[in-house]
Amino acid sequence: MAVVETDPTDPRAAPDMAVAKPQGYWSGVMSRLVRDPVTMLCAGVVLALILAAIFAPFLGLGDPYKGSMIARLKPLGTAGHILGTDEQGRDMLVRLIYGGRLTLFIGLVPVVLAFFIGSALGITAGYVGGLTNTLIMRTVDVFFAFPSVLLAIAISGALGAGITNSLVSLTIVFVPPITRVAEAVTSGVRKLDYIDAARATGASAWTVIRVHVIGNVLSPIFVYASSLTSVCMILAAGLSFLGIGVRPPEPEWGLMLNTLRSAIYVNPWLSALPGVMIFVTSLCLNLLSDGLRSAMNVRD
Amino acid sequence: MLTYLIRRLILVLPVALGVSIICFLLVQIAPGDPLTAIMPVDATAEEQDAMRAAYGLDKPLPVQYAIWIGNLIQGDMGRSIATGRPVAGEVFGAVKNSLLLAVSAAVIAFPIGTALGFLAGYFRDTWVDRAVTAVSIAGVSVPNYWLGIVLVIIFSVNLSWLPSMGAGPGGSQDWSWDWLHMRHLVLPAVTLAVVPIGIVARTVRALAGDILNQDFVDALYAKGMSRFDVLRHVARNAAATALSVMGLQLGYLLGGSILIETVFNWPGSGFLLSNAIFQRDLPLLQGTILVLALFFVAMNLIVDVVQAAIDPRIQRT
Repeated sequence: MAVVETDPTDPRAAPDMAVAKPQGYWSGVMSRLVRDPVTMLCAGVVLALILAAIFAPFLGLGDPYKGSMIARLKPLGTAGHILGTDEQGRDMLVRLIYGGRLTLFIGLVPVVLAFFIGSALGITAGYVGGLTNTLIMRTVDVFFAFPSVLLAIAISGALGAGITNSLVSLTIVFVPPITRVAEAVTSGVRKLDYIDAARATGASAWTVIRVHVIGNVLSPIFVYASSLTSVCMILAAGLSFLGIGVRPPEPEWGLMLNTLRSAIYVNPWLSALPGVMIFVTSLCLNLLSDGLRSAMNVRD
Repeated sequence: MLTYLIRRLILVLPVALGVSIICFLLVQIAPGDPLTAIMPVDATAEEQDAMRAAYGLDKPLPVQYAIWIGNLIQGDMGRSIATGRPVAGEVFGAVKNSLLLAVSAAVIAFPIGTALGFLAGYFRDTWVDRAVTAVSIAGVSVPNYWLGIVLVIIFSVNLSWLPSMGAGPGGSQDWSWDWLHMRHLVLPAVTLAVVPIGIVARTVRALAGDILNQDFVDALYAKGMSRFDVLRHVARNAAATALSVMGLQLGYLLGGSILIETVFNWPGSGFLLSNAIFQRDLPLLQGTILVLALFFVAMNLIVDVVQAAIDPRIQRT
């Protein structure tokens, strides 16, 4: 910064020349994130996968549904099919790119929905307390009696296969844990003096929550929710793998893994490819969430 | 301790009741009638009503729930719609196999996870720590049903060392502790162990790192205690939390093995569950989920009690 001889107390001095502006919370988070190469790399991979999924129809790829009886289970590196073909002769590369659409959609949307529902429930329970808290939190406790995989399979199994049913069951699975975290951080904030001060000035409950609570609880809840995305995606693909998620012939990584199991003795490594996509995505989501956690200074 | 135990037991009751309500409602959210699967397509309206009355499905929901829970307390979980056999027998036979798989996975995962986590915590910020952290992140990120397929490709398809499916030679269902049966257990148990290895290693690493940074550790060294004895103190401080994480993981292993059981055709509860789903055998689905969830509740209870026994501070909260 150039040294400018001005009186720092002089209000006429240009502010950007006098003193460095104090860094805001979010710009601090951003600058920490940018300096973390692993997190940036993972963010890049996830972003690339999401963009490829959204713009798949515009990438000049072939038809993900078009099979060929004579070109079934071609190995990796076949001319014209760089990643080979599946059990119906459909191009694997095209199907893996298209497959990201459904897997990422069913893997991410439930966490987003659960983030909103769980935050609303948890903040209400934590702020209002009393009977409301007991009602909400004891109901949440009941859902904690189910391991997440079991609950997802139970609900999806009862509702039947289908994209909407998968979204519903996974959202139900992730609302209770997010509610619990939201309730815990909210009751912590609720006890602080500035909340009492705000209430003493006559602010309504809604104003206190909106102005003083949400800003202080949202980042820990957000970081926690981001740590659930990888589990949610693995579960989403798992439901399709079991046959109670996406229906054939849609390209979806879990479903592809399932249908290619029949090819395990013919072309083993080809049949493992969709799982590689799930693994890489889930690894990046986990590392991204870890990076966010340390950049946002959220403690466990 | 006794008051804690009693208080904790009383707290379990409403949860168990809630679990039974959710399991009961599972059948209600299912599209269609639980009887559509077995009802002949040409059944008249009167015949359908008679069938419904025979199964008690014409009564209001709370009454149906009361009847269901009453039977449940007497050990009657209804009959499987597909096979006509009592659900209880089918479920317990399958849960035994799942438990075998879950415990085997735990026996593999817990010592390895603890050792890795402790090494990483002790050698914090060295290459050991980084290597263990990488392993544990990979462990918690891997879709284990895919890992199972990869292990089958390596050890069954390419090397032909281990069988890829079933729980015994020739689809045998009766378990015995000989190599012929145990070789069927190796791949599913190893596959199932990977996620808990990652989780336990992560937990123990954080715990060991935190405890080693506390003042009492320096104090013990200062008074001349040997390195080994200091580590014993550290282990004791970490035990309560580490054990509770492992207990919960055992519960997850049992409830979460369905995908692995499907990959390896392991005749456990997950296998039963997927059969129940595809045959739309709702009483069987309901019974299996209920037993697995109640097992998880019991596991939580045991974990809390053991934790309180190790660390008396917990009893006061």
